Amino acid sequence: MYEFNYRRASSVSDAVASSGQSDDASYLAGGMTLIPVLKFRLASPSDIIDLAGLGELKGIRTENGAVVVGAMTTHAEVAGSSEVRQPIPALADLAESIGDPQVRNRGTIGGSIANADPAADYPAAVVGLGATVHTNSRTIGADDFFTDMFETALEPGELVTAVSFPVPDRAAYMKFPNPASRYAIVGVMVSQSGEEVRVAVTGAGGSVFRVPEMEQALAVNFAPEAVAGISVSADGLNEDIHASPEYRAHLVTVMARRAVAAAG
Amino acid sequence: MDTGIGAAVTRKEDFRFLTGQGNYTDDIARPGQAHAVFVRSVVAHANLRSVDTEAASAMPGVVAVFTGDDLEGVGGVPCGFAPDGGPMNEPPRPVLAQGKVRFVGDMVAMVIAETLEQARDAAEAVDVDYNEIPAVVSMEAAQAEGAPTLHDLDDNSCFSWGIGDAEATDAAFARADHVTTLELVNNRKCPNAIEPRAAIGEYDSAHDSYTLYTTSQNPHVIRLLMGAFVLGIPEHKLRVVSPDVGGGFGSKIPHYPEEIAVTWAGKQVGRPVKWTAERTESFLSDTHGRDHITRVELACTSDGEFLGLRVHTQANMGAYLSTFGPLIPTYLYGTLLAGLYTTPAIRCDVVGVFTNTAPVDAERGAGRPEATFLLERVVETAARELGIDPVELRRRNFIPADALPYQTPVIVQYDSGNYEGVLDRAAEAADYAGFARRREEARSRGRLRGIGFAGYIEACGMAPSNIAGIIGARAGLFEAAQVRVHPTGSVSVYTGSHSHGQGHETTFAQIVSDRLGIPFENVDVVHGDTDQIPFGMGTYGSRSLAVGGSAICKALDKIIAKGKKIAAHALEAGESDIDFESGEFRVRGTDKSVGFGDIALSAYVPHNYPLEELEPGLDEGAFYDPANFTFPAGCHICEVEVDPETGTTQIVNWNAVDDFGKIVNPMIVDGQVHGGIAHGVGQAMLENCAYDEESGQLLSGSLTDYCIPRADDLPSFHIETTETPCPHNPLGVKGCGEAGAIAAPAALINAITDAIGVAHVDMPATPEKVWAALQSAQGE
Repeated sequence: MYEFNYRRASSVSDAVASSGQSDDASYLAGGMTLIPVLKFRLASPSDIIDLAGLGELKGIRTENGAVVVGAMTTHAEVAGSSEVRQPIPALADLAESIGDPQVRNRGTIGGSIANADPAADYPAAVVGLGATVHTNSRTIGADDFFTDMFETALEPGELVTAVSFPVPDRAAYMKFPNPASRYAIVGVMVSQSGEEVRVAVTGAGGSVFRVPEMEQALAVNFAPEAVAGISVSADGLNEDIHASPEYRAHLVTVMARRAVAAAG
Repeated sequence: MDTGIGAAVTRKEDFRFLTGQGNYTDDIARPGQAHAVFVRSVVAHANLRSVDTEAASAMPGVVAVFTGDDLEGVGGVPCGFAPDGGPMNEPPRPVLAQGKVRFVGDMVAMVIAETLEQARDAAEAVDVDYNEIPAVVSMEAAQAEGAPTLHDLDDNSCFSWGIGDAEATDAAFARADHVTTLELVNNRKCPNAIEPRAAIGEYDSAHDSYTLYTTSQNPHVIRLLMGAFVLGIPEHKLRVVSPDVGGGFGSKIPHYPEEIAVTWAGKQVGRPVKWTAERTESFLSDTHGRDHITRVELACTSDGEFLGLRVHTQANMGAYLSTFGPLIPTYLYGTLLAGLYTTPAIRCDVVGVFTNTAPVDAERGAGRPEATFLLERVVETAARELGIDPVELRRRNFIPADALPYQTPVIVQYDSGNYEGVLDRAAEAADYAGFARRREEARSRGRLRGIGFAGYIEACGMAPSNIAGIIGARAGLFEAAQVRVHPTGSVSVYTGSHSHGQGHETTFAQIVSDRLGIPFENVDVVHGDTDQIPFGMGTYGSRSLAVGGSAICKALDKIIAKGKKIAAHALEAGESDIDFESGEFRVRGTDKSVGFGDIALSAYVPHNYPLEELEPGLDEGAFYDPANFTFPAGCHICEVEVDPETGTTQIVNWNAVDDFGKIVNPMIVDGQVHGGIAHGVGQAMLENCAYDEESGQLLSGSLTDYCIPRADDLPSFHIETTETPCPHNPLGVKGCGEAGAIAAPAALINAITDAIGVAHVDMPATPEKVWAALQSAQGE
């Protein structure tokens, strides 16, 4: 890796202030993407601001009926938390499906969504459950947060502090993993909260996206067969050595149907 | 506790490996060592306009920067095999590129600095001006009319080779009732040893001698190739040490340019020079395996008797010839095409082709998995086409046990085996009779269940040196051993075999313990250092026990023979009256005996000793050159369930019955079979070494894209062994390291195609390929 200045933040405001004083700072959360990128010399930040010591960003609490997950909470903590699993088992299941034990014990929800990898699992949870992203300066709605491949609505230096998930009536996440990386080739989160149905797809496109046709069909009839005949267009979907756009489009339908069945 | 031959002794080397006390090449820090980083080509095919090292040379900590120009006059990397001695196009492979690069990863420059990070920084500052040439990535592109040529040759062909009687084969096809034809790809693999390659080169000016520490499966072979053919260093001035090595799978057999570069540079800069590959570098520059395109035809009678087999194969050599590259798709391939069957006429033609990809060489099985795959795929397909049960079709064509030894139509002579017995046992273990019921049950759950068979035979224990010479190997293939009995009766064994995961320190100690009747703990096995070991050809082709173990046995025989002479003197008896058993020399028919330890002591403290007739000491060496290959064989049966909606395959049962001859350590054999099956499943289902067809960039250059099998990709295996001893080596052993990798791909693809009812799915049979095959089958 290239040389950089290492700073250990003492508080959220200290982290943000440090970022503002740097030429080109990166926040370090779990480091599951940033560290490999640095080792490959694909990034050369002037400063690394380590968030590891910020207790205020850790932990899970219930607030106004929503499950609020601190940005520095690891996937393993989300997967193992009864405060998550009891109200939103789909979210705990999703966290449990991420990577491997090492990744789950290092990687964090804030790091994952700020990185906005097109194949990451958490974007499907944020969008599929209609979550709200809290930052040091504002709140951002799920549908506005992910803007493009590795792009979010975060301003330079803006730091994710927590994600709050409203508790759905039912929800489930189905994932077709990349056999090598275990990222999602296609992952679909389906949820129903009152009359609102969300179907969010990760892995298939440049960024997480919703499937309005499926949502409308499910709003009328929340049953697997309601989405069995609905397919997304392969145009513009991701293409790599693991899956063609056509196969990904096919998997969106299969995973959505299975998610609806699992949501019960 | 029994620690002799046949005992499942826990591996003595594991303590140091599991407690972090292994001594791998990267663990070695030589005094004053500098660090090397290689600048590798980022394009697949280009002439080099210039390689500007000025800026890099001025960077902090830089000791030296070398390019191909600096190595002019240093020999290129040699090839160790030409089929039948040639003709073969054998273009030079410079250590560092000289004017041209031929694959992504080809070495352009070498940067040496005080620290690794400084070397990396400076490597980025080497300015390479590439004048790109269109790359030929696939064999089809390389052989197209007017294709750009990699080397200064008329085209991209390397060799054209054939085996078997073409006329007899044509005649067999002319009278066949049925011909089954398949077009197959044997996919390219990256071997992916857990320890990346590494090397340290060091020059000692006081003695004008060199030391190379390297991750090699065969240090003496490296000493010979590099010393004699590249750098002109005689053996007594070049030591090659291959310490603990973390896996090889064939990729650490070849002699690599990095080994030459660090050894040469160590003298230039006057300090040890160390290089360790990064994982991506391993993907780019380790030799790859397989990569064949094959058309196979099997001629049969209507009741399934095999009459003839015709095979046409294109084999990818990559950009340069690796040490044994041309051996793999010729003599390690065509000679196994009889398989377990009496097919009387076989013809196989192979062309070797250069492409702008990494060099291809041996990988676990090396030629034999490719042969087994095509044969067992075409046999299974013929069974389906003829409507004959696949077990029954095989049974009708097996070489009967009483026909052994059996001369095949493709040179080799099988020595011993019972192929039908192995299949019968495997079918019983797999409950083949109950398969139809299991298939129905799976269908009720929406799963497509299939079963696939693969019988296999391999030629291991390479090899009789006279045969090796006739077929074109530029080396002998014997093995050497030294058994040194110390004065108090403990033993050091120096073996030319090299353990890089196989457990030789345990297995070989068991042999010595068993033969000499001394405690297992009293035996240490030394390997991997040309200054300590008399000679060695190394470990590959499942040869260590059959050849290396036999050499140890020969040396042990000499020890026992000399011990008898010493004992005869001590016991005042005739030498011919002395028996040796369980560590005791005994005068036959009496209770007079003396222990092995006493004889050892007397050999080194020869107070009462026949000094006129016998030298002191108890230290014997032996070379063993095998009389024939060994022929392990077996049958693997795989059951899968396919999810038709996604194409995902789950392996639900794996039954294997293997005949490895005598077994020294059944626990180690189990581990070798498990690893071999995982290796074969990886090739058949998961591992996809992919290059971009246009640019020649490696698309699977990291573990996030290249899928190595993990525990949850595999079922629990049911494995058994049967035993027909090898008749021509002292232990009766055959070899077990490659069997799983040879059998597994055909068994798995046969099971998947059975499950989904299609003729063929190419490897790796990823979910998308299986799904697409189902889609097209439904469309028909």
